[in-house]
Amino acid sequence: MLARAVTQTLVGLEPRKVEVEAHLQPGIPGFAIVGLADRACQEAKHRVRSGVVSASLEWPLNRRITVNLAPAALRKEGSGFDLPISLAILAATRQLPPERLADHASVGELALDGRVRPVAGTLAVAEGARRGGLRRVMCAAESAPEAALAGIEPIPVRHLAEAVAYLRGEIDAPAFEPLSAQELEVQGGADLADVRGQERARRALEIAAAGSHNLLLAGPPGTGKTMLARRLPGILPRLSRHEALEVTRIHSVVGLLPPERPLVTEPPFRSPHHGASAPAVIGGGAAPRPGEVSLAHRGVLLLDELPEFSRSVLEALRQPLEDGVVAVARVGGHALFPARLQLLATMNLCPCGGRGDPAVECGCSAQRLAAYREKLSRALLDRFDLAVAMPRPRALELAAPPGEESAAVRERVVAARQRLYTAPPRRTEEASELLSSAVDRLPLSGRGRVRVARVARSVAALAGSAVVESGHVAEALSYRMPAELPSS
Amino acid sequence: MTEPRVLRRRDAEFPQLLAAIHDPPRELYLRGGGTPEQLSYPAVAIVGARACSGYGRSVARSLARELAAAGLLVVSGMARGIDGEAHRGALEGGGITCAVLGCGIDRDYPAAHAELARRICERGLLVSEYEPGVEPAPWRFPARNRIIAGLCHATVVVEARERSGALITADFALEEGREVLAVPGEITSALSGGTNALLRLGATPVTGAGDVLEVFGLSPAQEVRTSVGSAAESLLRNLREVALTADELVRMTGIDPAQASGALVELELARLITLEDGVYRASV
Repeated sequence: MLARAVTQTLVGLEPRKVEVEAHLQPGIPGFAIVGLADRACQEAKHRVRSGVVSASLEWPLNRRITVNLAPAALRKEGSGFDLPISLAILAATRQLPPERLADHASVGELALDGRVRPVAGTLAVAEGARRGGLRRVMCAAESAPEAALAGIEPIPVRHLAEAVAYLRGEIDAPAFEPLSAQELEVQGGADLADVRGQERARRALEIAAAGSHNLLLAGPPGTGKTMLARRLPGILPRLSRHEALEVTRIHSVVGLLPPERPLVTEPPFRSPHHGASAPAVIGGGAAPRPGEVSLAHRGVLLLDELPEFSRSVLEALRQPLEDGVVAVARVGGHALFPARLQLLATMNLCPCGGRGDPAVECGCSAQRLAAYREKLSRALLDRFDLAVAMPRPRALELAAPPGEESAAVRERVVAARQRLYTAPPRRTEEASELLSSAVDRLPLSGRGRVRVARVARSVAALAGSAVVESGHVAEALSYRMPAELPSS
Repeated sequence: MTEPRVLRRRDAEFPQLLAAIHDPPRELYLRGGGTPEQLSYPAVAIVGARACSGYGRSVARSLARELAAAGLLVVSGMARGIDGEAHRGALEGGGITCAVLGCGIDRDYPAAHAELARRICERGLLVSEYEPGVEPAPWRFPARNRIIAGLCHATVVVEARERSGALITADFALEEGREVLAVPGEITSALSGGTNALLRLGATPVTGAGDVLEVFGLSPAQEVRTSVGSAAESLLRNLREVALTADELVRMTGIDPAQASGALVELELARLITLEDGVYRASV
């Protein structure tokens, strides 16, 4: 007796079709899963068996059960195969009509009592099913809104018994609540109004948002570098539908989607700790998984205390920052993870943190200071278009009135992006002259010149100007990398 | 690298001022595009601590710029901190500068200043009494300092702690009867302990490039002040009183942050102010 169910497995972010074949034959009772199944997948045996029994269905006794996950050469991992395996076995024992399985993809983990649990990556699985020509995907009820995003009809099931009843045609497809627009509304995050003073850094943040520039904030501890950085996503434009799906797919694969908000509509914000390893930040692993740079795709990656990150992480960052994509090659497969992100980094001006603080005397030796700064390679610092020194605000500044709210800043950013996209401002002759004289007079290389020109364009766009004037170039110059840091 | 040139004490080009000190080096190795005669130009040493404040860096740089522009040879030790800023300032001023090394002439020490060494070499000189291959060692630096002081009519100490190596240079200068000047610092800052002690002992205080030029009987280079906008003028007026951050300036003058950033760059390009660690200072 043979039956087959269809599901999808993920290689990186890419879904691949997997046929789950169950074969029962008389003989010494046994249960084997073949087809490069990983540990979690092998343990499906126990969950499936308990689940089937708990659902008051019949477990085939005195049968030798072989489950093959085809293609057999493709590595499979995770607990999402529980549901298709149990359905294939039930179809093989004719407890449900086998032909019904042909047009349903299925994915889900089984609890020992037969309940169906959601698994990571449901969106990508549903997309794979749709591309494979299937019209329905059976999944846990919690995952249904997520699966629906793929443009396929989800069949939400809470329990294995419910799935079987539906496939037998005893009940209609259980209903599910599609996402309401209200649920997609954003709960207010941290607002820029909380930041008092630091006018220059706020301004730099706005310019960075408008032009998607990478930004470095340098200053002594406690000056609000991190506070400001966390408020960047709040002034970025919302994600378009297409971008939202891209981001949601990545977050889904890693299992980061909160069930109540299955569609990521706001630019994501990630801030890994500085102890993070290179695979955690860049992506990788035996079965390639997206790293923090990909989780920050279309959003913001904050590297707090940049020089504390290990050198290997910092150097590995350069490639995704340049290409917007991470290529992970492993023996088990090859995966591409998108990583088009805006990088935000903070650092102290010296290892002890005293520099730039009028109240403290820096006790760092010249060598220690140099070693701290030299940890950041020129090549990495070259990726930052803007740099702002944030000295400690004096009491006078803390008493300043609350700053402008994020919503108002976001409006300007959206308008500026629109302008940069449709009619990017061009430099006037005067502005070009200023730029050239700056190259002569300041330590500014050809590459630095390009960065300044790019920032000047964003400044002009924010001002609503059709041309880049010399004033815009001058402002852009004020955010260049400080001479103390190694940069070209 | 081209073969370093050697200047022996009996050579006509050996700088007379250096030959006159208590224990002049037997020979000097030279590297760079400059000529040996440069070492006999009227020279000023600008020295100070390696770990220095933004104030020290700013003063060293703008002072060296003015003095080099006025035609003096700026001599220093190419160390981190004040020394490096002195060389950079002199280069910015379009003048000639000379670095005296405490290691073999073929070494760029510290390595971080390799690029600076290259720029000094374009028109100026690197000088050492040690043949190629000699490693830098702690005891070679005081010996190097006697050459710095020996080459110069005057030595300016910009910022130094109570027991800084820069004071050794000042001591050599005093022993040889050369002029010693010091830049006054905050009396509460340990970084200025050494310079303030020098002042108490009778060193000439430096309140501007003019004080140093006076020693040489020179007048400041004809000031061609670039005209700047009204916003920039207003910012500069505030900076002439005290060093401030951009945000403080914005608060004090009421100028819009975007405009202020532009005006500050205007002042920087006009060399009227310097920026260190986010703090702006008026140039000397």
